[in-house]
Amino acid sequence: MSNILKTPVLPYCKGCGHDLIAKNTARALEDMGLKPLDVIVVTDIGCHGIIDGCLNTHTVHGLHGRSVALGAGIAFGLENPEKKIIVFIGDGGSTIGLQHILEAARLNLDMTVVVHNNMLYGMTGGQTSGLTPCGFRTSTSVSGNPWSGYDLCALAHTSGAAYASRIAGIGDISSSLGEAFAVKGFSLIEVIEICPGYGVKFNPGRKLSEIIESSGKLPGKWENRREQFGGVHGSKSGSLFEDLDIINSEFKSSLEKPLSLIISGSAGEGVQLAAALLSAAVVRSGLHVTQKGSYPVTVGVGFSTAELIISPFQIGYHGIDIPDVVVVTSGDGLAHCRSRIEKMAGGILFIDSSLQAPGTGADVRSYDFRSIGARAACLYALFRFADSTGYISKETLYRVISDGGLADKIPVKRISELIDG
Amino acid sequence: MRSKTDQKNVIVDGSRIVIEAMARAGADSFIGYPITPANLLYQYAGQRFPLMLPAPDEITTLQWMSGLSACGRIPVTATSFPGFALMIESINMAFMMELPMVIILVQRLGPATGTATCGAQGDIALLKGMISGGHQLPVLCPSDFNDCWNLSARAVSLSAQLRTPVVFLTSKEEMMTRKSFDLVTLDDIKPLKRSFYGGDKPYMPYEPGENLVPEFLPVTSDRWQVRLNASTHNRKGILQHSGEEALANTRRLEEKPLRNLPDYTIFDLDEQKGAETLIVSYGISAAAARDAVAVIRESGKKISILIPKTILPVPDTCYNIIDSYKKVIVAEENINGQYAKVMFGERLPDRIRTVGETGRMIGRDAIIKEEAAL
Repeated sequence: MSNILKTPVLPYCKGCGHDLIAKNTARALEDMGLKPLDVIVVTDIGCHGIIDGCLNTHTVHGLHGRSVALGAGIAFGLENPEKKIIVFIGDGGSTIGLQHILEAARLNLDMTVVVHNNMLYGMTGGQTSGLTPCGFRTSTSVSGNPWSGYDLCALAHTSGAAYASRIAGIGDISSSLGEAFAVKGFSLIEVIEICPGYGVKFNPGRKLSEIIESSGKLPGKWENRREQFGGVHGSKSGSLFEDLDIINSEFKSSLEKPLSLIISGSAGEGVQLAAALLSAAVVRSGLHVTQKGSYPVTVGVGFSTAELIISPFQIGYHGIDIPDVVVVTSGDGLAHCRSRIEKMAGGILFIDSSLQAPGTGADVRSYDFRSIGARAACLYALFRFADSTGYISKETLYRVISDGGLADKIPVKRISELIDG
Repeated sequence: MRSKTDQKNVIVDGSRIVIEAMARAGADSFIGYPITPANLLYQYAGQRFPLMLPAPDEITTLQWMSGLSACGRIPVTATSFPGFALMIESINMAFMMELPMVIILVQRLGPATGTATCGAQGDIALLKGMISGGHQLPVLCPSDFNDCWNLSARAVSLSAQLRTPVVFLTSKEEMMTRKSFDLVTLDDIKPLKRSFYGGDKPYMPYEPGENLVPEFLPVTSDRWQVRLNASTHNRKGILQHSGEEALANTRRLEEKPLRNLPDYTIFDLDEQKGAETLIVSYGISAAAARDAVAVIRESGKKISILIPKTILPVPDTCYNIIDSYKKVIVAEENINGQYAKVMFGERLPDRIRTVGETGRMIGRDAIIKEEAAL
């Protein structure tokens, strides 16, 4: 009596290859000296999956096609490398979850996948699968499957599996299974069987060996010499807060109520950096700030906009409908916030002098922001904002730039000359 | 009032706070798949979590998480609707297997791919109905940075406490907007101490324990056999068609999050004596609701506000609070009153009003206007 199997009587149809695989798996594991709790068997959906109740090993019964990924998750979490992970899956499951097989092979996770390939979906009525050979008849291709099946072993092999093999499910297959189980790394063994319920019914008289021969996917073994996945365990850095600058409020601001500001320019022209520097200057001035960016998913082209709320009070809602101040440094930036500029009944619009300001109730102030280079235009505009409104001092902006190590990269001297004449 | 010198003011986004909190709370693995607007969470997790793995797709993400959880870890992922949709069958699996994990869902504008860089609160109806059979997994929803901190930690401990996946529901604006923030206002987070089954009898993975939660034992145990099963199963974890024991297990899955709900009912309530109107809002819309309440009160009117943070299952306490008001305004960033309908059905009673928006956050003034129109 096997110690891996609870019972010698398994719940399979007479002649089913699943019965053969289960019993030979047990024999192979016992031959390797493994105890039941050394083994974690992950099963897929399909007739093979009902083996769980007959096993003394740990058992995990998941979704259709996902068992290899589930087993991979266990391989990642395993702290005892002596445990053996075995995944049972059918031909149907191996195509719905093909990506999971390729991924586990690519990563060379330490596990064995046993593919119960009976060339059709046996549990649901004998439909054609992705592994059904050309010419093989099923309930959904009664005159024979017009396509060839995937070569799973080739797919696993080229993805990097340490070991892939294909065998016929005939006779004692325990040594073949044992060879796959003994591999350190990812192994896949495809066992070809014929479903006694549907395969035999639709293909009377055909022998398994002849079907394998005519399919062109012959028994064989394919190996990659590579190290098994070694794990990525270990602790990472300390607190994520250590990367943040603690900002002391060392300057004063005359701002008495919340102010909403939109900076709108082109991607790649330093809009978000300018907004971040302004935000830091705001906090240094003893104020609160919210800063959100908006840009197309392509990131590198089109508009780039930052919306800031600056307030002497805690800020709740951080959306901006009609802004108090808008800074526009490019055509992209103008196009993106034109409608909001048009709705402004007051406030200030700082706009590059190359652009035509839309009709607006805002006080329009036009400067040649881009004259110092596109990448510094936004910062120059923010200095103009600081100079005009006095809410943030120019000194604070200078300090933020120099403390951020950006003094060499931003033409602060030139900006200063332009503003102060 | 804290003096200025005690402050630790930083400029920070919600993603950083959430990941730091979950790591401190004891979540130890992160599986990532890129999707806007959840990418900052993935990036930070790579710097902070002891184990971080890049998955090739979101189905794999949830399966790897389930395997890690089966080994006794607490995995986390972060996604948005398109990725979440792919995860749903696997989340059902984790719910059925009773595997602790946290899924951070960062809402963006739908349907389908919608607008990746635009926020929304459009996934509440989905979260209400995503488990086949109508069962409910806990959904926690932060309304500000302090919630991002406390609720993240609670999501981790709750997943272990109830042996269940927990959804941490946020939106683009909560996870990506940078704000000035005083770190000193964050409470200490105690790391989770998990205890596993240590009995002398064979382990029964689905034997109802305290408050209907079965004790947990990793699938790597050297002492007892562990069975995990996504199909209808008995207490041993063995597949059963629809036997009495198996159906009792399924009924327990229905009852488990509900019976324990008082333990994780979290909300803010700011009531004004004599107020007849209650504003209910959650997540990203809560800030506008709070601002609106301040303005309405300044005008001399009385008004109360409820911010549910345990949004699913809907706690009885929240129903009782809402029931004590003559008029209720539910403000949420969708145009179909999803949470209002989750609470009160498709045909809302007259006293329940909604303020909605799509493609942009609900502003304070929209809520004030609705209140004025009552």
